[in-house]
Amino acid sequence: MHAVNTTSAAPALRSRLTWFTFASPANFYRLAGVLAPVCGLAAVAFALAGLWVGFFVAPTDAVQGEVYRIIFIHVPTAWMSMVLYVAMAFWAAMGWFLNARMAFIFARAIAPTGALFTVLGLWTGALWGRPTWGTWWVWDARLTSELILLFLYLGYMALVAAIDDTRRADKAGALLAIVGVVNVPVIYFSVVWWNTLHQGSSLTMGAKQHMASPMLVAMLLLTLACWAYAFAVVFLRARAIVLEREGDTAWARALVADNQGR
Amino acid sequence: MNGAVFVAVYQRDLRLAWRRRTEALLPVAFFLVAASLFPLGVGPDPQILKVIAPGVVWVCALLAAMLSMPPLFAADHADGSLEQLLLAPGAGLAVAAAKAAAHWTISGAPLVVAAPLLGLLLGLPAEELPVLFASLLLGTPILSLLGGVGAALTLGLRSAGMLIVLIVLPLAIPALIFGAGAAAAVDAGLSPSPHLSLLGALLIACLVGAPPATAAALRIAVE
Repeated sequence: MHAVNTTSAAPALRSRLTWFTFASPANFYRLAGVLAPVCGLAAVAFALAGLWVGFFVAPTDAVQGEVYRIIFIHVPTAWMSMVLYVAMAFWAAMGWFLNARMAFIFARAIAPTGALFTVLGLWTGALWGRPTWGTWWVWDARLTSELILLFLYLGYMALVAAIDDTRRADKAGALLAIVGVVNVPVIYFSVVWWNTLHQGSSLTMGAKQHMASPMLVAMLLLTLACWAYAFAVVFLRARAIVLEREGDTAWARALVADNQGR
Repeated sequence: MNGAVFVAVYQRDLRLAWRRRTEALLPVAFFLVAASLFPLGVGPDPQILKVIAPGVVWVCALLAAMLSMPPLFAADHADGSLEQLLLAPGAGLAVAAAKAAAHWTISGAPLVVAAPLLGLLLGLPAEELPVLFASLLLGTPILSLLGGVGAALTLGLRSAGMLIVLIVLPLAIPALIFGAGAAAAVDAGLSPSPHLSLLGALLIACLVGAPPATAAALRIAVE
C-alpha cells in the first residue's frame, strides 16, 4: 500500500493559487486540517479571555444586578444563529448556481452548528428571562422568530438526512435553504406585527443607553470565540463529509493507507 | 408557461379526484373532526371558545392542507408519467401551477366553505364569519402553493408526510398570523382590511414564487 505516492495524489497546490484552488475537495481537506486546530485554539483563548473579563472585570449592572452577565453568552450565540443561517443559504445558493461540490458540503456542515447556537440562544434567554421577567418564556416577537429559525434549521437537517441520494439531498436542501432565507424577513416582520397588535412591547431588552467598556470588550471577545468555534467545527465536519464522499478517489485512498501505515 | 399542459393536468387531476370522491373529502372531514376536538379538550366555555375560534379554524385548515399534500405528485412519480410530463417545453412551471390549483380546488375550497360552519359551532359572532371566510379564501391557496414546494421536495421519500409538515409549517406562519388575526381584529373592534390586504400580498408573492420553486424541486426529484 505504501507504493502509492501521496504527493502525486494532490498536485493542484503546486500550481498557481486561484479562486478555485480550495474548491477542490483534496485541497480543502488539507487546508481545513491546518485551519481547524488553529480556529479551535483561538476559540478557547477568546472564550477564556471573554469569560474572565465578563465575570471578573465587568461591573455589576445597576438595574439587573449580576444576572445580566448571561448576555455575554446570550448575545453572541443569538448573533451566530442568524449569521450562520445566512451563511448556510449563501453556500446553498453558491452550490445551486455554480454546481460546486464544496459549497453544498459547507451548507450541510454549517446547519448543525447553526441549530446548536439557536438552541443556546433560546436556552440562555430563558435562563435570563426567569429572574428578570419572572418567566421562562414569553411569546415576544424576538423569541418567537428565534424559535421559528430553529424550526427552519431542523427542517433543513431533516430533509437532507431523509434523502439517500447525495446529489438530490444537496440540491433539495439548497432549494429549501434559499426559500427559507427569502421567507426570514417576511416571518420576522409578521411576528413583530402580530405581537405589537396584541400588546405594547413591554418586554424589550433593557435599553442599553451606554454600555461600560469592559462589558463591550467581554461581549466582543465572546463573539470572536463563537466565530472561531463555528469555523473550527464547520471545518472538521466538512472534512468528515469530504472523506465520506471522496472515499473512492486516489488521494483519499492514499491518505487512509498512509494513516494505517503509521 | 405551457398553457395546454396546465389545462390538461388540472382537468386530469379534477377527473381523478371525482372518481375517488370519498378520498377527496378526507381533508374536509379531518378539518371538521380536528376542530371539534378543541371544545372537548379546552372545555365548553363559550367565552374561551369565541376567543380561540379563528386560531383553531386556521390551525386545523393548515394541518388539513399539509396532510393532504403527500399524494399530490406521488402517483404520477410512481408510474413515471411525471417524468414524461416534465419533458414538454415549459412544462415544469405548468405542472407545478396546475397541481397546486387542482389541490386548492379539491382540498382547499371545501375548507373555505366549511369554515363558517365551524365558526358557528365554536360560537363565533355572526359579523366575524364573513371575515373568517374571506381570510381562508385568500389563505388556503397560499397553503396549496407552499405545500406544493414541500411535496415536490419530499417526493418519493419514506417519511414524506411528516417532512412536509416540518418544512412547510414555519414558512406558512405569516399566513396563519394574518389569517387568524383578521377575525381577531373584528373581535377587537378594528378593521380586518389590513390583515386581508397583507394576506393578499402574501398570496401574490406565493403565486409568483412558489411554482418556480416547485418546478425546480420536481426537476431535482426526477433527475
